Amino acid sequence: MDSTHALAGHAAHPAHIDTSTGLDSRKMAFWTFIGSECLLFGSLIATYMAYKGRSLKPPYPHEVTINGQHFEGVLNIPLTSFSTFILLMSSVAMVFALYNVQRGDRKWGAFWLFATAFGGSIFLGCQVYEFTNFYHEGLTIRSNLFGSTFFVLTGFHGAHVTVGVIYLITLGVMALKGRIGPERTLNVEIAGLYWHFVDVIWIVIFPLVYLIR
Amino acid sequence: MTSETREIVHDQHSHPGWKFYAVIGVILLVFTALEIVGYIGETRHWYSSGAAAAIILVLSAVKFFSVVAYYMHLKFDNKLFTGIFVFPAMLGMLVIGGMIMLFHVLHGEATAIHPTLTSNEAIHGAGTSPSPGPR
Repeated sequence: MDSTHALAGHAAHPAHIDTSTGLDSRKMAFWTFIGSECLLFGSLIATYMAYKGRSLKPPYPHEVTINGQHFEGVLNIPLTSFSTFILLMSSVAMVFALYNVQRGDRKWGAFWLFATAFGGSIFLGCQVYEFTNFYHEGLTIRSNLFGSTFFVLTGFHGAHVTVGVIYLITLGVMALKGRIGPERTLNVEIAGLYWHFVDVIWIVIFPLVYLIR
Repeated sequence: MTSETREIVHDQHSHPGWKFYAVIGVILLVFTALEIVGYIGETRHWYSSGAAAAIILVLSAVKFFSVVAYYMHLKFDNKLFTGIFVFPAMLGMLVIGGMIMLFHVLHGEATAIHPTLTSNEAIHGAGTSPSPGPR
């Protein structure tokens, strides 16, 4: 029994907890939340896909020629590719944050949490720049079907990234103050689940909206 | 060793180290680069848009499963978490697939870009499109 407790003390989070499932209720609740988020983004992506290519007036997402008239696409693929790379790298940083917190290395745990938040901030900066450019090119949420569905979908994702950045900065500050250690790994693990989910959603949005015509 | 102890020991040792996660990160970057190459190939007419879409979708599916399985730990965690995630994710994909079928595949030309007719007119005849709202 002693060895059990000793192991439980060193484990990132006890694997067996006194609940009906033997699993931590907070983690279960968070996975349920992520499941509901799948349905939310599923409906937003479905709406975008339903109206894809059905805008009757420019600006169009990609370069297109209609009745001999040529229209340039508004999507900035190099910029979005860069922000996608950054978001993916922030997911790697999140994994390192959890790894260091589990090991009890609070300083490096905080460093990687801030690095993750910084990656998210760069992604948001790119999105703000992209949205501003679209506005100057005449694409708003009311311009056409592409504008409406694009801004709602990517705007919802951006809002999730914003929440994630605030969440990570809060955890980073807590880690610096010594309030996040191996005994509270689950707090960081749940933040990681959220951040990776935001990344997973972008993995779906990026090809469907930007890369596939 | 009690079953509880075994479970905890399993929990401690089943998660890979940071090097493994770094390798997954590199794979994600490489696959994203390949997706962009897929896009460039389509714009330069190296292959058809259908082939490009298939390449890009397969690559993004591999990225999706890599993040979910390894970074979100579903491969190592209790299978109940997998069920809680996979069921709504499948429902979401079903909705997306259903909408694509309904609006693009089944409606055919009625949903194509047309400079003068709305889809409503294409389906029901001229003059049946809704009047434009305030801009």
